[in-house]
This record gives sequence, structure tokens and C-alpha cells, in this order.
Amino acid sequence: MQFMLLFSRQGKLRLQKWYVPLSDKEKKKITRELVQTVLARKPKMCSFLEWRDLKIVYKRYASLYFCCAIEDQDNELITLEIIHRYVELLDKYFGSVCELDIIFNFEKAYFILDEFLLGGEAQETSKKNVLKAIEQADLLQEVRALATA
Amino acid sequence: MSDVVEKTLTALPGLFESQTGAAKITNRLRQLIKSITELTSKHEEENLIKRELSAIKEQVSSPNTTMKQMREIMVRAMYCEMLGYDASFTYIHAIKLAQQGGVLEKRVGYLAVSLFLNEGHELLLLLVNTVLKDLQSTNLIEVCMALTVVAQVFPKDMIPAVLPLVEDKLSHPKEIIRRKAVLALYKFYLIAPNQVQHIHAKFCKALSDKDPGVMASSLHIYLQLIRESPDSYKDLTGSFVTILKQVLGGKLPVDFNYHSVPAPWLQIQLLRILSLLGKEDQSTSELMYEVLDESLRRAEMNHNITYAILYECVKAVYTIHPKAELLEKAARCIGNFVLSPKINLKYLGLKALTYVVQHDAKLALQHQMTIIECLDHSDFTIKRETLELLFRITNAQNVTVIVEKMLDFLCYVPIKTLTFAPDNSWFIQTMNDVFSIGGDLLQQDDPNNFLRLLAEGKPEEDDQLRLYAVESYLTVLKGHTSHLPQCFLQVMSWVLGEYAHLQESVDRREVIRLLTQLLDQRSVSSETRVWILSALTKIPEGQTDLILDLAESLSSSQDTVLRQQAQELRHLSQDSQLREWVLVENSCAVDSSLSFLDGFVSEALAAGAAPYKPPHQRQEELSLNLEPYSFSLPVSLSSCSITDRQSPTLLSVSSGLSGNSAELSTLILEGVKRVWGKDGYLPQKEATAPPVDEPSAAVQPASQQEAAERIEPRPEPSTQNQDKQQLASSLFVGLGVGSSVSLVRKLFYDGFTASLRGNVMDCLEARSTSVCHYALLMDDPHTNVSLTGTVSYQTQPGHTNTLPFSGTLSTADFIRPLVVTTEEYGKLWLSLSHDVKQNLKLLTDAGDPLRTTLNALKDALQLHVVDIIGSEGIVACRLLSGAPCLLHCRVNGAALAMWLRSPHPALPDFILYHCQRALAHH
Repeated sequence: MQFMLLFSRQGKLRLQKWYVPLSDKEKKKITRELVQTVLARKPKMCSFLEWRDLKIVYKRYASLYFCCAIEDQDNELITLEIIHRYVELLDKYFGSVCELDIIFNFEKAYFILDEFLLGGEAQETSKKNVLKAIEQADLLQEVRALATA
Repeated sequence: MSDVVEKTLTALPGLFESQTGAAKITNRLRQLIKSITELTSKHEEENLIKRELSAIKEQVSSPNTTMKQMREIMVRAMYCEMLGYDASFTYIHAIKLAQQGGVLEKRVGYLAVSLFLNEGHELLLLLVNTVLKDLQSTNLIEVCMALTVVAQVFPKDMIPAVLPLVEDKLSHPKEIIRRKAVLALYKFYLIAPNQVQHIHAKFCKALSDKDPGVMASSLHIYLQLIRESPDSYKDLTGSFVTILKQVLGGKLPVDFNYHSVPAPWLQIQLLRILSLLGKEDQSTSELMYEVLDESLRRAEMNHNITYAILYECVKAVYTIHPKAELLEKAARCIGNFVLSPKINLKYLGLKALTYVVQHDAKLALQHQMTIIECLDHSDFTIKRETLELLFRITNAQNVTVIVEKMLDFLCYVPIKTLTFAPDNSWFIQTMNDVFSIGGDLLQQDDPNNFLRLLAEGKPEEDDQLRLYAVESYLTVLKGHTSHLPQCFLQVMSWVLGEYAHLQESVDRREVIRLLTQLLDQRSVSSETRVWILSALTKIPEGQTDLILDLAESLSSSQDTVLRQQAQELRHLSQDSQLREWVLVENSCAVDSSLSFLDGFVSEALAAGAAPYKPPHQRQEELSLNLEPYSFSLPVSLSSCSITDRQSPTLLSVSSGLSGNSAELSTLILEGVKRVWGKDGYLPQKEATAPPVDEPSAAVQPASQQEAAERIEPRPEPSTQNQDKQQLASSLFVGLGVGSSVSLVRKLFYDGFTASLRGNVMDCLEARSTSVCHYALLMDDPHTNVSLTGTVSYQTQPGHTNTLPFSGTLSTADFIRPLVVTTEEYGKLWLSLSHDVKQNLKLLTDAGDPLRTTLNALKDALQLHVVDIIGSEGIVACRLLSGAPCLLHCRVNGAALAMWLRSPHPALPDFILYHCQRALAHH
């Protein structure tokens, strides 16, 4: 996977993860173009589109669009499921996730993503294991918070 | 702005309070987000973020800010960056947070680093020690964080520093650590394959890890390795098949199920690997038939994930050595995809079909109707994929229909399709449509391919086609031309220029008139004008009056190229002899072997250049990192050999040096000796001359000892030189013919010969004078190098006169600006190893001391000022055709702290010396 973007129906970026080194200028350009292209697509259209030499796989969950860029030889359907698994993870962690959770706790959303995907590849596909890793790190946070309180 | 968010915001005040602990900390962020949602314009947002950023700036630089506060600040900075604002001043603090914070802060610090910094960012260098420390931590979480950041952003040159630690983690008792370590190695493999080659055995261990997560991660590496060389991993086929069987048989823990499908990601990865292994290999393919069959059979459930697996399975079946039974099943699967009402599956069905029709075109027949429907689909993606499919099944019978469809679709016609064209008129007509509709959206190659098609045919056969093209284009040009795309106009003018003469009945004046008319149109681009003028040049003579008129009218054009062409046109039309000589019919012979460059190449080789290697044979320079903790970490440039590192004198020289010239002179000797001692480098600097009566003398310091001494010219022709001379005579043949004074030139340098390298650029001879240009390069920098030479000439055979001359050159004469972007600078900076730091005088007489000083340096020394940010400036330069040198300047009180880096050990010292001088003279 080359990158993952989360943006709202209004076109506001909520999360961005780049797995290939690009300049800030390029990133902004890509984001702008993609957000426009994806938002312009109709709901009945398929979740894939060819864009430059990449394949864009996107899916909308409520007000949020999840959008991944993969290479041509990659499997589009499994990428859709990666998105879905990520949503499941967020859902489980936040307890029926909504856009607000991701806005206000975007760093948590990043932590979860980093446990799930690493370097653009699926790292751990077991939901339980991902959440366990996150919880362990969070637990530490609370222990420390208690200790300092 | 976002009204939905706003509504929810007011509806959900409880959300903020319900959070414990962390909520308080991120309060500022909440405020920020909330106030942003309340704004109504982009302008207000900009102002708000500006204020926020300046508040952050103040906070980060305050010494009272605690780590905890810093963490909160960092989150806000990340948010601002996500909104598209620049918060680069916080980058360094992100690194500090990762370095100094507790686990909690580290987590945010590392996250910020991975979001802010790219692989090549110079600040990453500062992260290396932190990562090393955390990798050795006893706290698992810290190790995890370090591995995560390593697998995301890590500078290539730093890999050797962490590699042993990451390797160790492959045998860590915790599976999460092993898994992350495997992925970190995968990442290393992607960015620097040769650095992880030695640990293949450990990958193998990861593959047989008892934890499925670790094993699955290792497959990423294997997929990559096998993609590159499938033959080396055939023996693993059995293992992969067994793993896939176990997965299918539900042997993995239920945790890995996804919607009750066992480990789909793992399955897909394995299927990909198997298809690569079985490609064009019958015996290996036979090993996997059974498991593929089972895969196809198992994936029956109606869920996206099973389709994902099926799709991969079908691809595998069609990639490996074919087996009828499997092919049949796979074909049925594809049918299900194509016929599916779900649009995503339909798309994949078309994609699979596109892949499969290459092996079995008949398969498309079964789905004719669906394909036709898809052609008119409202979704662009589907339509495009269908056309891709059609393109693959184009043949002589269906070409007209398919091309028509393609034309409907934004003119997406690969020229190749048209090789099946049924007849000439159809072909030209279609191409006219393609060019006029698709026009400038076409790929650059398309018009070129078309023209080549026209040009390459045999005259007898294809004259028909060309004739038709000429006729058709004349018709087009007689109509309205203002709307035609530039590339079509270019194609037409080329064709008319080349082939208008084939058509007897065509009036040449008419052709000229039509083309000239185009020139008058304002919409015609200057590039097209050049095409048109070239065409006019080619149209046979006889219409001098028209051409002269044209040339006259263009002679006042603002475009210099056009003016020049018009001038040429005029000359050619007036001088028929010249014209015949320049425009010989069918004289276009291309030397594709580039043999005319042989001379140049052999000269370059003789001068020590490396022989050409095709890109795929090039191995990256192996970065050696011997001291992971030393200050200058990366050593990746070839000019720094191991001996450099072992020589204490050199190390000390490159670190501490002032502008003292006595010290400099000892340095020079060191440098010279080293170069000579290493591989007996012989500078190629002898001037070669046009045909001469006696062989020109060579100055070749032959041995190490001599190099240190002053070298006297020794007229001693070597065989190598004679060869070069022959080369020169063949290169410059014709230039010196008939000169009555024949010259022999000699050029040599003083004791520090080793540092200069020269070559004759060109010699222009006239009857009584001769101009000779030499290109001199400085290989090893020195403060001053004196240059002496002689000119020998013969006024009568046997009697030689000699004139000596001399001059002095300094390093400053060889410094040239190196134009790089800030990013390239950052990358380069990291890759350079020899550095020198020194405080210099700051010119304080103007308002902006840094800028004034840098400009003074720039003027004096031809440096390139890359960027000035606040109190820091970055500057780059290089030796002429030689090593680069980067300068990092920072205002430090009343001084300018300068930090120079270069791949060349001595270069920074000399540049520093010249900077000092330039500033002193200012």
C-alpha cells in the first residue's frame, strides 16, 4: 500500500498515512486531487478507480471516506477488507466509532493503524492481537497517570 | 463549514467529560478543534491556526514546558500539519520528545516523527541514538515503538547501525517483537536490499515461526524475494503448499479468522507466492494443483473476502503451468464475477478476464453480452477496464467496431490496435478522428508511432497509404483548422513535407499556401510552427517567390527559433546546390549502435571513467558503517576508503584546521601521497593535437616518488598516447588541413600534478593562428596550483621553437555553484562523511547579517545559496565536475558558525579557507 487517507464528506482530511516518501507539496497535491475525485463519484459506482499509475480503493463509512492507494498487481478486494478491518478495530476500541472519535483522538487512530499495518503491509490481522497491543500501551499510560496523581 | 460536525458537537458535550485522565491533557486540542468547526471561512481558519502555531512556538521554546505539556503540544502540531499548515519548527521537538520523554511521551514523539519526517529528512539522524537505546530497552513497549518507527521512517545510511539489534529481535521470546522485527527487515530489504542479504537464513526461521503472525509477516519478504528471482526459492514450494493446506484446513487459531474465513490475508499472500513459483515451471506447478483446487472449492461463501481469495486463485491458476481441470473451474469463477450484480465484483471479473484472454481468447466470447453492456456503463472505471479487455482481443475482424467504441470513450485508442486496420482509407480516417478528437490528450508516443508506421513501410506498398494521407490532410487543411489540436497539425505538416511530392496532381503552391496559412493562425503553438517550417523546407524547390515572401515575413518574428529557421529557409531556397546537399532524399540513416561516440567513450575510459553498466547491473554502493556511535555516521561514498579511516593524520586533519597556510601545505602532501599510493592513479592531461609531424610529448608522472617531486617534462611518447592521438586525428580531421604552421602543444603542471586533470577541448586552426582550449579539472583541492606549459611550433621542418608560459590557479577557480533543492540538500548532507566546523566572521554592517554574509560568499566564490531559514542558511557548491561540498551556516552571536560536509576529505578545509579569505577581504 502506498498511502491511506481518511477524509470527511466535506473534504476535510482526518488522517493521513504515507508509506512512500513524498514531499509535502506532492502529498498536498495528491490529497487535494483524490479528495475531489472520490467525492465526485456516485454511491452506486465501484470502489476502485485508476488514478495516475495507482489503483485507488475507497469506501465510505457514515460521513467518513477511507481511501487507500495500491499498486496495479495488488488485490483490490482484500484492500477493501483491510479498510473494513481497520474500521472494525476502531469500532471495537472506541465503542461504535464515529467521526468525532477520530477527530478528537486522531493520535489513537494512528496508534491503532500502526499496530495493524506496518510499512504499508498488513502486520497483524488478528483483531484480538492488535487490540491487545494497544491496550498494553494504554494501560501503561493509565498506570503512570495514577502514579503521578 | 461542517455543519454535521457542529451539530454533533453541541449534541455530545458528554463526550468530552466522559474521558478520563487523557482528556484534560488534550483539552487545548479540543478547544482548537472546536473553534475550527465554528469558523465560517478559510481565511478565519488561517488566522486561527497562525495564532495557534505562534502559541505553540512560544511554548516549545520555553524552558518551563514539561514533557507532558510537550506531548500535548505535539498533538496540536500534528493536527495543524494535517490541516495543511507548516509546523516544521516542531520537528526537532518531536525528536526530543521521543528521546527524553517517558513511555507515554515517547509514543507521541515517535508518532509525530513518523508523520512529520520523510525517509531522507536530515533530522532523522538525530533519532538514531534514541532508536538504538530503545531497541535495547527492557521495556517491551519501548522496543515495540522503536521497531515501529524503524519500519516506517529510517534513513538508508543508518541501517547498518540498527541492523544487528533488529536481527537479534528475530529470536525474541515475544511474538509481537519478532513480528515487528521481521517487518522492519522487510522495509530494509525494500530500501537497501544488499544490506540484508546475509540474513536470508533468519528469514527462513521466521517462516517456520510457531506464531502465525510472525510467519505471515515473513511472507512479505518472501514475496519480494521470489518476485525478483523465483528460481532460487523453488525448494520452498513444498513448505508454502503445506502452510496453505493448514490454513485451509482451519489449523490456525480462530483469532485469525476474518468473517469466518481462515486467515484470508495469509492465503492471498501464499497464492501470490505460489503463482510466481509455478510460472512456466511444470514440475513446481504440479505440486500446487491440489491445494489450488481445494482453495477454489473452499471459497464458496458469499462474502467479499472469499471473492478476494478466489480472484487471486484464478490468477494463480492461469499463471502457472496449465491444468485443464483447474482452468475450467477458474473460468467458471470468472463467469460468476462478471455476471455478479455487485459492481466491485464485476470490475474484478473484467480485470480477471483481461488477464485471462491472453491465454484463452475464447473465454471472452462467453461473456460478449456482459462486456457490451459494460462498455456503456456509467462508471468510468468499469468502462475503462472493458476497453482494456477489448484491446487485448482485437483482431482483423473486430477492429472497426472496437475502435469505434474506443473513440467514443475519450479517444482511448492504442495505436497498436490499428495494425489490424482493414484498409488504408479506414486507417487514415480513423487516425484523423483520433487526432482531432483526442488531440493533445494523446500520449506523446502516439503521433510518433503513427508517423513511424507511415515512414517505415516499403515505398511500393505503402505509397498508397501515404498518398491517401496526403490527400486527406489537404482536404482537412482546406476546411476550418483553428480547432485542430497541435499534435494533429504537426502530424499533417510532417506528412505533407515528406510525401506531398508523391502526389503528381497536387499543386505545390497549394500545399505551401495551406501550410503558410497555418503559420498565420494565432492558435498555432510555436512548436507546431517549427514543424510547419520544417515541412516547408522539405517541399521541393521551384516556388522561390512564395518561400522568400514567407521568410521575409518571419524574419521579424519574436521567436528566435522561427527567425533562424526562416533564415535557413531563405538560404536553402536560393542555393539549390546547398539544398541538394542538405536535403538528400531518403538520406535518413540512424546509427543505432551510436558508433560515432566510440571515440569519446574510449577517451573517457582511458581517462579513468567507469565502463557503462546497464541500470539493472548496477549495485548500490554498499554503505559501510563501522562506528554507529561516532559523530559522522554515514560513510557511503566511494571516495572514502577504509584506509582513510585508519589513518590518524587524515582524521585529525579533516576535523581541526585553520586557515594557516603552513598547515595547509602539509595537508596537501598528505592528500597527494594518498591518492598516489592507493591505485597508482595517472592523470590524463596530455594535449592532443591535429595531425602533426612529430608525436606530441607526454608528461606522465609514472611513479609514486616522482609525484611528490617536481616533475620535469619528459618528451617520451607512449603507446597509449599514440592511440589517443590517432583518435584525436580522426576526431578533428578536417580541421587542421592545409595549415602551414604545425603546432605541438604541451601542457603540464607543477609538483601537485596529481590534483589537476586536463584534456584538450578543441583546437581550431587557421592559416597562421591556432586556438586551443583545455579543460582543467581539479581532483584534489589545493590552495594554489601553478600551471606551466610550452608551445612548440615549427616554422620549417626540423626546426622547433618553444615558448613557455605559466599561470596560477586556486581552488576557488574550480568552485561552481551546486543547484539543489532543500530536500536534496538534506539527503546529500546525510550521505556525506567528511565534515569541518569553524566559526567565521559575520558581516554585521547591514540589516540582515546572515544574508549579507552569504551573499558576499556567493559573489566571491560562486556558491549556491539553497535556502535561508531564520538564523540558518544552507549553501552548496562543488568542484568543477567533482565532489560536492555542503555548507550549513548558523548565526552564533557575532560569529557565523559554519559546518561543511563533503565526500572529499580535504575539500571542506579549502572551501573554509577561501570563505575566510573572502570575508576578510570584504
